[in-house]
Amino acid sequence: MQIICIPYQTKLVLYLLLQIICKELPLSRLSRLFASAFFLLICFQLPRATRAQERPYIVTYDQFLEEPRNLEIEYFSTYGTQRGGNDFHAFWLEFEYGATAWWTTEFYLDAQRTVHDSTVSTGIRWENRFRPLQREHFINPVLYVEYEHVNGADKILKEIEGHDVESDFLTPNAEARQEIKNELELKLILGSNFKGWNVSENFLFVKNLAGEPWEFGYAVGGSRPLALKAAAKRCNFCPQNFVAGVEMYGGLGNTSSFGLNETSQYLAPVLAWNMPSGWTLRASPTFGLNGNSHQFMIRWGIAKEISGFGDMVKKVFRGHS
Amino acid sequence: MKSHLISAEVAGTILIVSLCFSQNLPKTENPATNGPHDYSELTKAPEKARVRTNPFQNDPDAVVAGQFLFEDHCAECHGDSGVGGKKGPSLRASEVQNATPGTLFWLITNGVARKGMPVWAKLPEAQRWQLIRYIKSLGLKGDTNAVKP
Repeated sequence: MQIICIPYQTKLVLYLLLQIICKELPLSRLSRLFASAFFLLICFQLPRATRAQERPYIVTYDQFLEEPRNLEIEYFSTYGTQRGGNDFHAFWLEFEYGATAWWTTEFYLDAQRTVHDSTVSTGIRWENRFRPLQREHFINPVLYVEYEHVNGADKILKEIEGHDVESDFLTPNAEARQEIKNELELKLILGSNFKGWNVSENFLFVKNLAGEPWEFGYAVGGSRPLALKAAAKRCNFCPQNFVAGVEMYGGLGNTSSFGLNETSQYLAPVLAWNMPSGWTLRASPTFGLNGNSHQFMIRWGIAKEISGFGDMVKKVFRGHS
Repeated sequence: MKSHLISAEVAGTILIVSLCFSQNLPKTENPATNGPHDYSELTKAPEKARVRTNPFQNDPDAVVAGQFLFEDHCAECHGDSGVGGKKGPSLRASEVQNATPGTLFWLITNGVARKGMPVWAKLPEAQRWQLIRYIKSLGLKGDTNAVKP
């Protein structure tokens, strides 16, 4: 069985990234050792790194799923300003796996560090996206179901819902993490492609399983590659590798008070750089649009898509043929 | 912390199940047999799509650009020179090489989800047409006049 391994420098960067994340996350020594061992194992078994074709959005989802049996490992970071309190750095790790061509499943580990406070793990999320229509249409729906087990110190702002406002983040970590939330999050994702543009709309419905009312939110985004035609050469800086756009997201209240009143709203230019080596970098300066929002956040992410991860796992457990 | 660990274990288990699920898909997921039905999706292209012409037909750079796109996005399943792989059928079969560019564009755009081929509309239209120039340049298997990738 021929195995084409990803380059050593890529493995090294991935490994160092994992070490940094492990240090940021309050994991036990055993967990770090396990994560490192697992990571080294998969690195040396990886069949092929593939070039991603990612949209630049941080919050908005488009209609495209992960390719079957590919794994995308993503690290995202949000540095947010906080009026009346300490700024924070929230970060999360995503493992996105294409189970089939119509089902993508994703696992998140969230954490945050608040300046002059502490670093805390803030929970886990498990999301699933299903594409009910097999072919591409003018508007393509995707159904999204997520279970969240997070605590009150969670600040990743991966979605804004209900009456989430900036002042919610003033509670010290030690106190905030005592509040445990089990939430079900549903989204209707609609995506369209037209003349190179992608336009995506997400409608968000969140239910705290402790019996609180349904909360609502939205996210919309538009993006386009800087060039639609591919260059006849390998290049890092060719315009087709860059995708630029803008996204807007915010809360829409809850069942008892639907609307924009007492909600936070954000507008964010977004940029993605899809490198031929398979890495994707994303950056997004984010601006609060009203007094309830964080005034400014800088968000960025790095992702690596690993082709044939499912086949690699199969080899690990069944041996090489 | 304990509840986090339990939740992580549950989520991990479900992820592993999804991995197993993807490994145990029906045999149609693995079209390596290249049987006569592997290409049946091509016949479903509507007439309007079939007659579309490739706007890059006379672009001398399109084949090279298409080759890079192929290596990045298609070779994993269809093999490095389109001869077919474990997951994708040969693109040098007569069914593909004799199909109109419009038919191939329709298929790449819509994918064949039930056989594991995703929708490739995430690539801009121009790149899908460049990809088709490359696929067409491969020629039939054994055709010595075909452009060697």
